[in-house]
Amino acid sequence: MANPKSAYSVSTKKEKSDTHIIVVWVDNEAGVLARVVGLFSGRGYNIESLAVAEVDAKKNISRITIVTTGTPQVIDQIKLQLKKLVPVHKVADFKRDDRGVIFKEMALFKVVGNTSKIKKAINACKKYNAVILDKTKKSNVIQITALRREIDKMAKNLKKFGLVSISRTGAVAMTRGDKVFN
Amino acid sequence: MSKLYTGAEIVFKCLEDQDVEFIFGYPGGAVLPIYDELKNHSSIKHILVRHEQGAGHAAEGYARSSGKPGVVLVTSGPGATNVVTALTDAYMDSVPLVCISGQVPTHLIGTDAFQECDTTGITRPCTKHNWLVKDIKDLSNIIHEAFKVATTGRPGPVLVDIPKDIQFAKIGYSKPKPIKKLNGKSLNYFSQKDVDKLIDLMNKSKKPIIYSGGGVINSGPEASEVLRELVQLTGFPITSTLQGLGAYPGDDNQFLGMLGMHGTYEANNAMHDCDLLINIGARFDDRITGKIDEFSPKSKKVHIDIDPSSINKIIKVDLALVGDVKDVLKGINKTFKKKNSDFKKSNKQKISKWWEQIQKWRTKNSLHFNNSDETIKPQHAVQRLYELTKDKDTFITTEVGQHQMWAAQHYKFNKPNRWMTSGGLGTMGYGLPAAVGVQIAHPKKLVIDIAGEASVLMTMQEMSTAVQYNLPIKIFILNNQYMGMVRQWQELLHEKNYSESYSEALPDFIKLAEAYGCKGIKADNPNELDEKIKEMVQFDGPVIFDCRVDPNENCFPMIPSGKPHNQMILGPTDKEENKITGKGKALV
Repeated sequence: MANPKSAYSVSTKKEKSDTHIIVVWVDNEAGVLARVVGLFSGRGYNIESLAVAEVDAKKNISRITIVTTGTPQVIDQIKLQLKKLVPVHKVADFKRDDRGVIFKEMALFKVVGNTSKIKKAINACKKYNAVILDKTKKSNVIQITALRREIDKMAKNLKKFGLVSISRTGAVAMTRGDKVFN
Repeated sequence: MSKLYTGAEIVFKCLEDQDVEFIFGYPGGAVLPIYDELKNHSSIKHILVRHEQGAGHAAEGYARSSGKPGVVLVTSGPGATNVVTALTDAYMDSVPLVCISGQVPTHLIGTDAFQECDTTGITRPCTKHNWLVKDIKDLSNIIHEAFKVATTGRPGPVLVDIPKDIQFAKIGYSKPKPIKKLNGKSLNYFSQKDVDKLIDLMNKSKKPIIYSGGGVINSGPEASEVLRELVQLTGFPITSTLQGLGAYPGDDNQFLGMLGMHGTYEANNAMHDCDLLINIGARFDDRITGKIDEFSPKSKKVHIDIDPSSINKIIKVDLALVGDVKDVLKGINKTFKKKNSDFKKSNKQKISKWWEQIQKWRTKNSLHFNNSDETIKPQHAVQRLYELTKDKDTFITTEVGQHQMWAAQHYKFNKPNRWMTSGGLGTMGYGLPAAVGVQIAHPKKLVIDIAGEASVLMTMQEMSTAVQYNLPIKIFILNNQYMGMVRQWQELLHEKNYSESYSEALPDFIKLAEAYGCKGIKADNPNELDEKIKEMVQFDGPVIFDCRVDPNENCFPMIPSGKPHNQMILGPTDKEENKITGKGKALV
């Protein structure tokens, strides 16, 4: 662990940190998100993004997707600590560069300007499944779904085309193929 | 249609079905319906404490000494916040507690009502799980699940918050269903292959050591028996953490004493130099490991623990056996006997050099202190207390500080569940209320709180509880007029600037005892110590014993902050070369 939780540890060994996507299936009950998030803040783990919603209304199950960075030991601890929470059913963990898994985030961009600028903005967004959600003479709301770094890039690029507001979700993940995580 | 019960009645029905005999609590507005119902349930006795923190620690003492979960009942707001320290303490030391708290009526939640607080929010990080009961339908299931969560796996505290309107609401009650699976959280994950691997490591080892902890105690008395069997079968040396004391007999020759910051020289050096370290139910706490990078550098490490998240948390291990200590050890012993019937004999040769080395370390006599004819040395006081009470089945609780370490070093425990101390959280004020709880669980036994004068004043009000229920607890105060451990660290780390650590304006403990209606005894001369201790032990009733000890005595041996196991300070004359420097100073 890079920062072992010991009062004594002036650690000299540094391990490499990796970005992981942790998926947690929980009972959808009051306070469950606070338990999960509180575990991260209380133990000093970091959360890059978080997405949560009910996925099974019948069984009352929510799926939480958390993007986090940590050394292998920290990532192991995160998983084991999560599994100890009573409302947690299962925990999955993927490396961000895992080719067997799809990661997507969604973003909404509001672009304000003249027609040519707006057109350029829409063009720039095209390769990320752009959808126009709202349209006026002076503005457009564009939705894209993409990877985090692609959205970061777009947010930067669209500035010159009149980007005035961004709203974005955390990443959600799903394995490729017919396999389901159990 | 089945009979309808109020929420308050259901609370008691659940407690009865869980075989609860005692509740430690304090009434208040939001739990009045439950208190009103108390009179109808004669099998459950309520112990009225004087502060909710006391209720929590008393329940901890009850749980630790009896193996049963402790039950706490408090009101909303301040009642709940006062119990937070005890819940955190129980969480750190894995003590099963079920805390039931009252809450303002559901329609007032979130309005900043009188004595309202976000109890489940506040206690979320210091409980295994907690529940706010918003529907009377859920009440009985939640209480039964609460007991299950508190007592299964690694034990710990839970809290059930019950709004006042739920306590009045009515519904039917059915006995608890057969055990529901806790989202598949089973306990034993180890396989025979793991056991075989461990036995292989044991066969190869030339310098083995077993390091056992509180998990052995939590696993029940049978776990201590199988541990003793394992140690006997192997002939390996064994050391113990603070919480594990009593699992293995403290006066046995294979026992090296406690390890860690104030552990013995032989235990810490054996941990440092060993080639096989078998951790049984302990968690590599920082008081044990010292400097992580230099912790037991030459050893293969094996970890037996019920909590998978304890494995590799601090120290990476070579082999992990996740499961209940009792079951794991049984599996090991069984295979061991089958495979290595005469291991002890054949292996004696191999580890004889190791034992020779341990004997050499032992000759350092690291628990030695310079006794005096004029003042009572605190270590001497604990030794005399041990000698004069060892024939009885004595239960010891402690507060936190120097006296706690001296008690751990000089009082020898031969049975599990006889030693109750706040290790993880280090809660001053734990010992007195814990003694109340222990005495409730064991009314006929001798219960002694080895205390410091500063700690004991934090929860002194519980003497009133002891007097009310005629609990003959003995509060043995090693009075050095200092927050001794604070003073010691200031001496070692802060150039003897004893900032605010002197216990100014102490009460006259004899008069204090008399004011509470119990007996006060004072000793300030080594010659009278034995007589006074005997007087305390023989007195049938609670006693406060003011043992005036040398105010300048320090607790040794000691691993200074930021140092590994093999760099201990052995005593006052040893300090110079081992001065705490640099980064070590910033550590706690």
